[in-house]
Amino acid sequence: MAATTYAEGQPTAATYVEPARRMTLNGWAVIVIFLPPALLLFTVFVALPMIEAGWYSFFNWDGYGPPQKFIGLKNYGYLVGNEVFARALINNGLVIVASLLVQLPLALGVAMTVAGRMPGAVWFRMIFFLPYILADVAAGLIWHFMFDGDYGLASTITGALGLQPYFLLASKDWAFSAILIVILWKYFGFYMMLYIAALQGIDKTLLEAAEMDGATPFQRFRHITLPLLGPMIRLSVFFSVVGALQLFDIVVPLTGGGPFNTTHTMVSFLYYFGLTRMRIGFGSAVGVVLFLICVTFTIGYRRLLMRDD
Amino acid sequence: MTDAVATGAPAPAATYDEPSGRAPRGLTVILMFAALVVLAGVVLLPIVATALGGFKELGELHSNPIGLPSVWVWSNYWSILTSLRYWQVLGNSLLIAMLTVALTLALASMAAFTFAHLRFFGDRFLLNYIQLGLLFPVATAIVPIFIKVRDLGLLNSYWGVILPQVAFSLAMAVLLLRNGFKQLPIELLDAAMMDGCGYFKYFFYITLPLSGPILSTVAVIAFVGSWNGYLLPLIVLNSESRYTWTLGLMAYQGEYITSWQLVLAFITLMILPAILMFLMAQRWIVAGLTAGAVKS
Repeated sequence: MAATTYAEGQPTAATYVEPARRMTLNGWAVIVIFLPPALLLFTVFVALPMIEAGWYSFFNWDGYGPPQKFIGLKNYGYLVGNEVFARALINNGLVIVASLLVQLPLALGVAMTVAGRMPGAVWFRMIFFLPYILADVAAGLIWHFMFDGDYGLASTITGALGLQPYFLLASKDWAFSAILIVILWKYFGFYMMLYIAALQGIDKTLLEAAEMDGATPFQRFRHITLPLLGPMIRLSVFFSVVGALQLFDIVVPLTGGGPFNTTHTMVSFLYYFGLTRMRIGFGSAVGVVLFLICVTFTIGYRRLLMRDD
Repeated sequence: MTDAVATGAPAPAATYDEPSGRAPRGLTVILMFAALVVLAGVVLLPIVATALGGFKELGELHSNPIGLPSVWVWSNYWSILTSLRYWQVLGNSLLIAMLTVALTLALASMAAFTFAHLRFFGDRFLLNYIQLGLLFPVATAIVPIFIKVRDLGLLNSYWGVILPQVAFSLAMAVLLLRNGFKQLPIELLDAAMMDGCGYFKYFFYITLPLSGPILSTVAVIAFVGSWNGYLLPLIVLNSESRYTWTLGLMAYQGEYITSWQLVLAFITLMILPAILMFLMAQRWIVAGLTAGAVKS
């Protein structure tokens, strides 16, 4: 980095009076040298692509040459009537519902038991967190094996019950439940860790005082622990929803969107129906919709629910 | 929100207990412990079954998918460990992840330092501009990113993966580092300036050495994100010699789709580095990944 530039920016005598307050030549040198690389990279690969997505989405474009066939909002129109996309939206919604109703309560329950001095608590925490550090594609493949009707856990179960092999991932009605199971398995440990951190920040004297006043364990949980966990719970809900909206990696190794396109998410829809078919305009339109959902949710949620956190 | 996990450093082994500091006792403990053991078994079962499956013949995998192998077959693992592709995809992933971490740390810490200590026209605006990156995931812009990477001639190159990864990790990294830098006592800066130390020297000799925990938090997040990344490498890299391990894994599975025992051995060997690293640096990784999330 710019180690040789110290000299030209040495503070002058005047700066000794009010250091760090008045802008000096040295300060300007920092701004001119330290900011542009980050700003440039961010602009080229984050800001511009998002603007371009909006622009491309008005075109029927295969990505070669400049976009020329302007078709207005037609790409968005295709989306409205697209059954696979509707199903993808529902699937993203299902992930959110499952996260909020099953994953977070489970994570909180487990956190309550392993945040304390339960024997082996440290080991349990480590085991439950372990799936989180695996890549989604690896987790997906591992479970692809588990669900395999010929070779996996599924075959053990059907075998033990004397049933025909059953292929969960090939079932139109149940394949997405399989994906939900994998998500639950992989991510609940992360939320458990967040809750443990929050639980350990709770002032124990509050709980002691309540116990002395005769509060039952449930009352202590309901009226002390839970309210004090409020900020962390709101934060974990936020992560769950944002994570659910961008779900992709785990779908590919499990079902690849099949069977009969019933297990797509918005991002896998974008990938399979936009990018791999080089329908750049259409794929961009999906990206814009996803962008609008993410931004609306993020800003709305932070304004409404996380104002005081 | 920032109080829950106070630092990026390993958290002290604090505990959350029932009041009066005594551990829960008796039947409750036994029941809870039993439930935890069952849950731990469920969590570990797929991973253990995968590792064991790599030691089986296909036939045994069919008749005995999740138990111990009756005959331990080492050839599955051995054939992968002696193949070029295994080491190649690991090397590619490692190179991409390390360059991503280095570049993220360099660019983000420089920008964060500027935002932390210097007031100038438009500083709030530029900070908010970079923070926009927190609002949406890379997937939303993946189509134009593909076009951009292609037009820049970076398709099938490491930089085509690294640069967008860094760009998308900047928002969070700048936020975390700026907060971290601002927590250093301001008197340090005043004193340093008084002694004629310019901002650059201050940055390299004071700010960075004193910001180990927050820098490591950012590094852990960037490394894990890059190492486990799939979507970006998928659209950028198209020759197998450049594949990251996640792409290599999917390619291998596609190739040996009928030989689960090989695929299982391959998965096991692929996740082994992550698991070993997790076991060795468990506290740092957990603290990094959770603190990073909490502090944003």
